Amino acid sequence: MAPSTHRAPASDADPAAADSAPAATAPRPGRRAALRHPLVRHGLWAVAALAAVAALTAATGPVTDLRVANVGLHLLAVAGLQFLVGTSGQVSLGHGAFMFVGSYAMALLVVNVPAMPLAAGMAAACAAGCLAGLVVGAATARLHGPYLAGATLMLAVGLPAIALRFPDLLGGANGLAFATIGAPPFLAGAVDDTQWRAIVVWTVALIGLVVLATASAGRLGRHLRALRDDAAAASLSGVPVGRARVTAFVISAGAGSLAGACQAYVLGTATPSTYGLSLSLVLLAALVLGGLGSLWGAFWAALAIVYVEVAGTELAHALDLSTDVRNNLPVVFFGAVLITVVLAWPRGVHGALSALGRHRSTPLKTGDSR
Amino acid sequence: MATAPPVLAVEQLTVAFGGLTALDRVTFDVPHRSVVGLIGPNGAGKTTVFNAVSGVVRPRSGTLSRHGRPLRRHRPHHLPRLGISRMLQGLGLFSGMTVLENVMVGADPLATGRLPGMLTGLGRAPRDERRVRERAESALREFGVAHAAHALPGTLPYGVQKRVALARACVCGPELLLLDEPASGLSADEMSELAERVRAMRAYGSVLLVEHHMDLVMRVCDRVVVLDFGRVIADGTPDEVRADPAVERAYLGPAEGDSDDPAAGPAPEAHPTGEEADDGR
Repeated sequence: MAPSTHRAPASDADPAAADSAPAATAPRPGRRAALRHPLVRHGLWAVAALAAVAALTAATGPVTDLRVANVGLHLLAVAGLQFLVGTSGQVSLGHGAFMFVGSYAMALLVVNVPAMPLAAGMAAACAAGCLAGLVVGAATARLHGPYLAGATLMLAVGLPAIALRFPDLLGGANGLAFATIGAPPFLAGAVDDTQWRAIVVWTVALIGLVVLATASAGRLGRHLRALRDDAAAASLSGVPVGRARVTAFVISAGAGSLAGACQAYVLGTATPSTYGLSLSLVLLAALVLGGLGSLWGAFWAALAIVYVEVAGTELAHALDLSTDVRNNLPVVFFGAVLITVVLAWPRGVHGALSALGRHRSTPLKTGDSR
Repeated sequence: MATAPPVLAVEQLTVAFGGLTALDRVTFDVPHRSVVGLIGPNGAGKTTVFNAVSGVVRPRSGTLSRHGRPLRRHRPHHLPRLGISRMLQGLGLFSGMTVLENVMVGADPLATGRLPGMLTGLGRAPRDERRVRERAESALREFGVAHAAHALPGTLPYGVQKRVALARACVCGPELLLLDEPASGLSADEMSELAERVRAMRAYGSVLLVEHHMDLVMRVCDRVVVLDFGRVIADGTPDEVRADPAVERAYLGPAEGDSDDPAAGPAPEAHPTGEEADDGR
């Protein structure tokens, strides 16, 4: 009746025999299996994307390089939010707060420990964000829907105010400014500082994306999507619902803080106003615009965050408006784009594109990985 | 068969919600490799028994034991590793996941990897993934839903969804399967197929079945436990239970106890074991 009479507790003894059989019979098992491994598949995509970024930044000037870097770090931030909202179904209005944590962790480390290598700073900022995510996730694990959104909203409003509360340590409203490392000496002449920073940001972002894509496509992603769809049934199927929810929060916060660390690295400053409520709202709105449920959605979202604002600013300048109007026009423009896109394509840009090319698999899709 | 300890022993189980006693000293066994029906009027406490066994509600007193070992303070997500599986009345399929993924969630206890492997796909993760997928695929074939493997459950007919839910519940070969009204919404053909599947499950495990379709209960069960107002009022073979006047009273009320076709009794032709002395017909 059942597929076989093995039971879960007793199944530890049989895997070796069961697993070796298909590998032994498949032709050229090593290479085929290696290419099918999610880490290898996602890693190849990441290498291709990094090559594209390097080529793009080499062909363009510093202004575009900075925007490319901005797209990269926002891509990582929105991908982290995607993991939380799209995969685990927990709506967070406080993702910007985790970027704040990463940004200030990075700034504090650079200011106080100048000898520290960049990679160690990034790792420490990510760890700080994960810790913050653990605390927040554990505190909100029993909240759902609007209550969770409300609690995370408090986080977005309250956390950046810490910088104002401790001006000696965190620099108050002016934040922390520091000198960031430019291109290494051996690349002098070939790669300028801005281009180098764009490449560093994209390297970090793509490492984060590979982890997120691998986690989404595998067991953890399945657990989270199951509890998103029906928590009671997921629990009865063996998914530890509370722990999985907190895990999603930790991973999402880790990605957000890594993005914040990248932003501090690119800007050379960490200021509280950068990570206010509006950032959190923009991240979530952009995710909806890009399309929930896929990392491609996060990509469109990151493009929208950077380039809709650029377009809005240029529009304001072109129209020669007063300063008050000019400062607010990009936000209005973003809102208008969001409303238009969601009205036209309720499932976001990615939803519309995948409806166009239905049945064609998208390699970074967070769903079934085959 | 009788020598093995019962897969599930429920002893003096009492569950109360505030002042309301939902289960009052309920005692029964689910023997090794058998099908036990749990029937009773609405509100009798059948689903509460399931919830207590699943760890969703905590009993006020009494014990549950599995293979003679006490089962206490367990949580719902421990069930698969205890060899217990439950199919929800509303099916509880994951609407945003394909049929294959739904069943893969059920097969998840076969995986042994931990968080670092899940994040990087390294270590035991690929082996886990392959094992879970293969088991899920074979369950889909077993339950005749392999053609729908990549469909979303919401796009499938209800009968197919039900088989998917059953495949998910059975994919790990549970020792004890809890079925909550599996026949609701099924056609006559689908119901006889279900009956065959439930009887066949005795090859590897036991089934505790809550069901309103008396036809199905009488056809597939080895024993039937009747609950009324949270108490066990009858416990025996289908024929014994059918002949029990207390059962008739619970279902029809005392005044109509002598009517000719009690709801607790099946139609005569649906009664496969005719060897026992059956007085009524």
